[in-house]
Amino acid sequence: MTGLRRKDRVLPGLSITLGFGVLYLSLIVLIPLAALVLKSANLSPSEWWNTISDPRVVASYKLSLMTAFFAALVNLVFGLLLAWVLVRYRFPGKRIMDGLIDLPFALPTAVAGIALTTIYAPKGWVGSLLEPLGIKVAYTPLGITIALIFIGLPFVVRTVQPIIQDMESDMEEAAVLLGSYRLRTFFRIILPDLIPPLLTGFALAFARGIGEYGSVVFISGNMPMKTEIAPLLIITKLEQYQYSQAAAVAVVLLLISFVLLLFINILQRWSNRRLRTVKGD
Amino acid sequence: MAGIVTNPRAGKKTAPTRPHLTESRTVRYVLIGISLVFLALIVILPMVAVIAESFRKGWSAYLSALTDPDAMSALRLTLITALIAVPLNTIFGVAVAWAVTKFKFRGKNLLITLIDLPFAVSPVVSGLIYVLLFGAQGFLGPWLDAHNIHIIFATPGIVLATMFVTFPFVARELIPLMESQGVQDEEAAVSLGARGWRVFFKVTLPNIKWGLLYGMILCNARAMGEFGAVSVVSGHIRGETNTLPLHIEILYNEYQFSAAFAVASLLMLLAIVTLVAKSILESRMSQEH
Repeated sequence: MTGLRRKDRVLPGLSITLGFGVLYLSLIVLIPLAALVLKSANLSPSEWWNTISDPRVVASYKLSLMTAFFAALVNLVFGLLLAWVLVRYRFPGKRIMDGLIDLPFALPTAVAGIALTTIYAPKGWVGSLLEPLGIKVAYTPLGITIALIFIGLPFVVRTVQPIIQDMESDMEEAAVLLGSYRLRTFFRIILPDLIPPLLTGFALAFARGIGEYGSVVFISGNMPMKTEIAPLLIITKLEQYQYSQAAAVAVVLLLISFVLLLFINILQRWSNRRLRTVKGD
Repeated sequence: MAGIVTNPRAGKKTAPTRPHLTESRTVRYVLIGISLVFLALIVILPMVAVIAESFRKGWSAYLSALTDPDAMSALRLTLITALIAVPLNTIFGVAVAWAVTKFKFRGKNLLITLIDLPFAVSPVVSGLIYVLLFGAQGFLGPWLDAHNIHIIFATPGIVLATMFVTFPFVARELIPLMESQGVQDEEAAVSLGARGWRVFFKVTLPNIKWGLLYGMILCNARAMGEFGAVSVVSGHIRGETNTLPLHIEILYNEYQFSAAFAVASLLMLLAIVTLVAKSILESRMSQEH
């Protein structure tokens, strides 16, 4: 990472591509994000704190964090299961199943939102089966969690899948030869290698869930203090022309995302190092 | 970060099933069964529901929901938005990938990290930042107002918010691809006397074409489907600043469920086409490696 060296500049176009890239990045991403921080700085520190510590705001952060956490936890378990089944087993319809994993990336969130609400509403296909059992899904935190499970589904599967694919079977072979049972082999030999990608997938799904809006807003019912997620509260503040307060709520949300981003980067570095030591270079 | 984890090699190789290295038949069937039930509840049922609900009132109601003037204008705005956002983000993606993968310079890693930033931002916040910049109470609001320029609650705001949320797609697809291809091909072309654009079009582009298309398709799907960010800047003016996803929300909130689902079915079709194209491109890319 030294400066420009003569011999690196055989190829043309550095100044124009880098110049355009940095300009475009600044105009579309960096300057608008700076505007957010500046706007929230309009508030005095005590106003800032009052905005953030308002019970309704705190309730919305808690709800967003809790539902995103549980949804990511469900995806951790089922994501591992799906990745395992897709790599290790052969069965009819496998390719379609593999393709469907990416649907949450491709399907607009509003479509997912209204479809999930219709299914899990008290009169919906699944909701009507759960209603007699006393389980309400739509318009409760459980409904929000279901929407976030949908949104976060691909993350764990797609981070774990390539690792299972590249796994060498010699360790498994050795374990079997030494008389290990299958379940024990899985927990002692296979699972430890999967922990870094599982945590990465979990963190990605968690981060996505905290900020998610479109798929949640239909199923959540949007009751203040009960089912009002943090992104919705930002919109509510905006509609009441409380711009600086909206910015303050958003800055905290942004900080949570950045901490998670940092955590993911550290995880990935750790997992790369682990892989390198295992492979012995 | 909160975007796409691409895996062009997904489903490429199946481990040989040797009996001592796999689970018993019963365990296999149970695990496959649980996976299917989970996918059915979370992914398949919603798709079926979209189709069932959109045809609940029959074909003619379905068609009239799609040909409604407000739906048509929402479709037009969605297409215009994607037609501006996708090419601009593509040009950016190619330019920045060229700079980052063909040259060494200070701050390169920081630049790569900053490109991913929009994936870490909540869609609502992505819209909010433009309101704070260009809105009536925003930093540039008074100036824009004095010059009679409308950005928020108008098409430019919708396009900007869409550009923000789809910003990283092409770049993050191309950077690892071009990194792995190195600079030898381009340097050979230069030493044979080729220049600038010719090097790019004759040497680089053929090498990256599938990856580029892949990034553009994902970028387009998100651009046409974005809801949260666009919702904040749109102002929801019927027939003027509604995109297809916003039109769905309005119909749904007015209890016009079959019409909402009819429009939703159009976007679901887009999602399915995207997934099919994605899987074709993935097999192309894994063949070339």
